[in-house]
Amino acid sequence: MALDYKPAIHFNQVSYSIEGNPILQGITGSFPEGKITTLVGPSGAGKTTLLKLCNGLLSPDSGEIYIKDQPIDRFEPVELRRKVGIALQSAPMVSGTVYKNLALPMELKGGTLEKSPAESLLRDVGLGEKYLDRKITDLSGGQRQKVSIARTLVNKPDILLLDEITSSLDRTSLKEVEELITHINRKFGTTIVWITHNLQQALDIGDYTWVMMDGEVVETGESDLLRAPASDRVKSFVQGGAE
Amino acid sequence: MTYLTLSITLIFVLIPLVLSKTLNLGLERDTVIATVRSIIQLLLVGFILKFVFDSESLLYIFLMVTLMIVAATHNARNKGVSIKGITWKVAATLIFVEVLTQGILIGLNITPPTAQYIISISGMVIGNSMVLSILFLNRFTAEVESNQDETELVLSLGGTPKQAIHRQLITSIKASMIPTIESQKTVGLVQLPGMMSGQIIAGADPIQAVQFQLLIMFLLLTTAAVTSVMLGFLSYPTLFNQRMQLIHKS
Repeated sequence: MALDYKPAIHFNQVSYSIEGNPILQGITGSFPEGKITTLVGPSGAGKTTLLKLCNGLLSPDSGEIYIKDQPIDRFEPVELRRKVGIALQSAPMVSGTVYKNLALPMELKGGTLEKSPAESLLRDVGLGEKYLDRKITDLSGGQRQKVSIARTLVNKPDILLLDEITSSLDRTSLKEVEELITHINRKFGTTIVWITHNLQQALDIGDYTWVMMDGEVVETGESDLLRAPASDRVKSFVQGGAE
Repeated sequence: MTYLTLSITLIFVLIPLVLSKTLNLGLERDTVIATVRSIIQLLLVGFILKFVFDSESLLYIFLMVTLMIVAATHNARNKGVSIKGITWKVAATLIFVEVLTQGILIGLNITPPTAQYIISISGMVIGNSMVLSILFLNRFTAEVESNQDETELVLSLGGTPKQAIHRQLITSIKASMIPTIESQKTVGLVQLPGMMSGQIIAGADPIQAVQFQLLIMFLLLTTAAVTSVMLGFLSYPTLFNQRMQLIHKS
């Protein structure tokens, strides 16, 4: 990718494997600071693993990762994970209420989350404050994803990693979440890296796009690349496999 | 009891053998093996205990207790093989529980420092601690396995390994302690403890037997709590690496 911007995250020949099976191979490239980069590609391409490497949940077997020009290992894991927030695809929840989940990041720091900002976060993600005392088990998959996004925002991360957070949302909710993420990006300059299977979404909200296949980055560039891919593999993916 | 009357008690082994044969349960071989093993093991222990009690040698007492700890460690460690260094963690727990309980009993003059008391009580403490270790490790490994998403969530939000595993750890500690607490709630109502019954049968004063049983029960409460908590806090850090990442097992 021709860099017009400072990289928020930079990869240099990053590889990762599980029990000898390569998941990521020689990843090199950058996510520009303050921009929205979408990651697209078929299932099993290594997109989620790449995000977990950025958040420090995993470490590469080889290669280097830089967060704002600093080697990732320089950061304390706790500090890194608060700086680089991630909303996981499965939207895991702790048992209890929506409030308990929203308050979790503050509790982990030894603080508390007041009701008022919690309600505000819920409104931001398109859930009213009436959901605050609802039990997690009473929520739909889409509502859980919204709570998951709101919870990730509590730490006010500089970089926000989103793993298919809109996959369970209806069209209206999807638009609300897209608007929210775009708003956060524009207002606070938060760098967004967003895995999506929805190519239209990548075109609509992404400044840049990475196309990943079989653990490799096949094509990167401005999101318009999806309209006219250079490689045959990406062309075939765009025309056929993608939603 | 004479050896003749003891041999007549084998009737109680014949009954399950007949039932197993009649109903095709296929338990005849295991029943016979269990019977033969229990006869050999207990008689052997009986002779060894008699020798140790008569000798009153501190060395023999130490060797007996060490043997108990080694056997209990070997048995319990198999339930936690996925936890790195589980053998020494279980051994350290059993040794600590033994030293703590005997220290209190002997230090406060509750029981005399004789082979008869030390070995008998150590057997109950170490045996109970072994069962608790097995219960804890069984539950803890299952909790960790089935709640990886939750653990990873807490880590991803900037939690420490201790915070990430806290719920699973507490659940496992509680679950392993519940049988000890519950059995004490109904003791005397549903069942008479084996040790107390044995003392009464052997002619001891029932009140004296009850007092001693109470001592053992309180002792086992401490054993249960210390075993679960200590093993839990020794085990959980090995599930994470230095970068505070959950080590995934295949």
